[in-house]
Amino acid sequence: MEHGTTSPLSQGAAGRIEIQSVRKTYRDAAEGREVLALDGVTLNIEPREFLTLLGPSGCGKSTLLNILAGFEKPDAGRALLNGDPITRPGPDRGVVFQDYALFPWLNIQQNVEYGLREQGVSKAEAQEISARYLAMVGLTGFERRFPHELSGGMRQRVALIRVLAIDPQIMLMDEPFAAVDAQTRTILQRELERLWMQTKKTVVFVTHSVDEAIYLSDRVTVMTARPGVIKAVLPIDLPRPRDPTSDTFNRFRRDITQLIEVESRKVFAPRRPDLADVGPLSPPKPILALWALRQFLSGKRSM
Amino acid sequence: MNADNAIGDRHQARSGWRLFWSRVVSRLGWERLARRALLPVLLLALWQYAASAGWVDPSFIPSPAAVLDAWWQWIFGPRSTFAWYSGTWFEYVWLSAWRVFVGFAIASIAGITVGVLIGWFEKVRDLLDPLVQGLRPIPMTAWLPFATFMFGIREGAAIFLIAMGSFFPIVVSCTHGAEQTPKNLVRAALMLGTPPGRLLTRVVLPSALPSIFNGLRVGLGIAWVLVIVSEMLAVKGGIGYAMWTAYQFVRIDLIIAAMFTMGLLGLVSDRLLLLLNRRLLRWNTGLRAR
Repeated sequence: MEHGTTSPLSQGAAGRIEIQSVRKTYRDAAEGREVLALDGVTLNIEPREFLTLLGPSGCGKSTLLNILAGFEKPDAGRALLNGDPITRPGPDRGVVFQDYALFPWLNIQQNVEYGLREQGVSKAEAQEISARYLAMVGLTGFERRFPHELSGGMRQRVALIRVLAIDPQIMLMDEPFAAVDAQTRTILQRELERLWMQTKKTVVFVTHSVDEAIYLSDRVTVMTARPGVIKAVLPIDLPRPRDPTSDTFNRFRRDITQLIEVESRKVFAPRRPDLADVGPLSPPKPILALWALRQFLSGKRSM
Repeated sequence: MNADNAIGDRHQARSGWRLFWSRVVSRLGWERLARRALLPVLLLALWQYAASAGWVDPSFIPSPAAVLDAWWQWIFGPRSTFAWYSGTWFEYVWLSAWRVFVGFAIASIAGITVGVLIGWFEKVRDLLDPLVQGLRPIPMTAWLPFATFMFGIREGAAIFLIAMGSFFPIVVSCTHGAEQTPKNLVRAALMLGTPPGRLLTRVVLPSALPSIFNGLRVGLGIAWVLVIVSEMLAVKGGIGYAMWTAYQFVRIDLIIAAMFTMGLLGLVSDRLLLLLNRRLLRWNTGLRAR
């Protein structure tokens, strides 16, 4: 741990990520069949870069993020952090979840200190670090509150600093602001940009929002509809902080929105009917009814 | 409910009872209090009237006053060879409470351990779940002859029955709680550096606590049921024993007194558990829909 020695903010190393032909299928419980989520994704992410994954729903953005976090393993290909394969989750890659994933039984201070204590940081030092980060996001005075007593925006701030406190090399953020209201979202985006400029971590950020992507990213990666591959990588060479009403911002907005719309339309295209649906040897009605009942009871189908 | 009220009342009321009443009144208000007391008071009055007006044979159904009288003698009366029950109340309450406590403690420790392990580790589930699910459908009272056969008319039989009976609801509830551990909390803990071997104590157990407490409450209720059953049939002493003896001597007043005693004990023990629950689950109170 390189804590508290040099700067008010820890300046640990920022990691380099290499994603090499990553392929991932998973079993869709609702449809009861194998689904190809990622089909050969290759992407390099530079240290200190802010990269956004953008794409239609179900394009595998979150799957890719989960692979980088070590929560899931690729079926083929590999993901490397500083040249080493990622095999499991660890404190060198901090994750910020959409649903915050704060421990509801710990108060705010304990939540921020959790990771530090797990790294073996002393109680006194953990307290000092957590106080500093809480002050940085304006949550001083909320130390003894429990997560459910805070607003969504405040909870996400806690989730953010609990990860920053353990000084990871990478920050992985899975639609972190999707559950808060629009005003809070704008404020949180500004705060994230400020924190990122201060700490200069490598950030991989998943979002649905084109504006959010342009506002925050060094590069925006647009993914295709399922199976997800990378359709385009666009460097956003605008000076920070960015003005979402400027002409250049608007040009990016138009270009990226068009790219995404093409993909979104594919998602809603009618699905090619399965053989099972219209096969010439369709099973007799009672069997079909039993099958439907079975699926209903196992929660795979609603009646 | 209202902190300011409670503090204000503390200045006015000195004695415990007055404090209690002023709290109850300030919490509910006179009108609601009256509405809540209406039905029980009415029923008691009807019962008393029915007994004194001669609607029923008083030797068959005693009046509330007679029940209170018998209860009083049961509690405070002198020990006497002529009245078997006189002055035995405290001893019997203690006996029953002790049996419940020991049986319930064994069931809690075993049930929480086994339940959480079944809910979290697939291998433990494969190993133990068939056994638990296989024994669970056997009604607890069906264990009684087996228990008395194994342990004789002794403490062991009662403790065994109580422990067995409250074990199953606790196990089921704890299993459920451990299974429901949110996936993202487990992931968050791993991401923050918790070793996989510590997930059980760091994440699974605390997140299962609300379910664990639900199981404990159900288990405690069953423990009180079973202490009565086993005292009626398998061991000497205790409220259930007194109730059964009263039945054999056709003392309805004592039977009713014993019933109220049981209700009181169940209420007190449940309140104690709730108090512990509030203490440990302060973080959970806001999550519950009210």
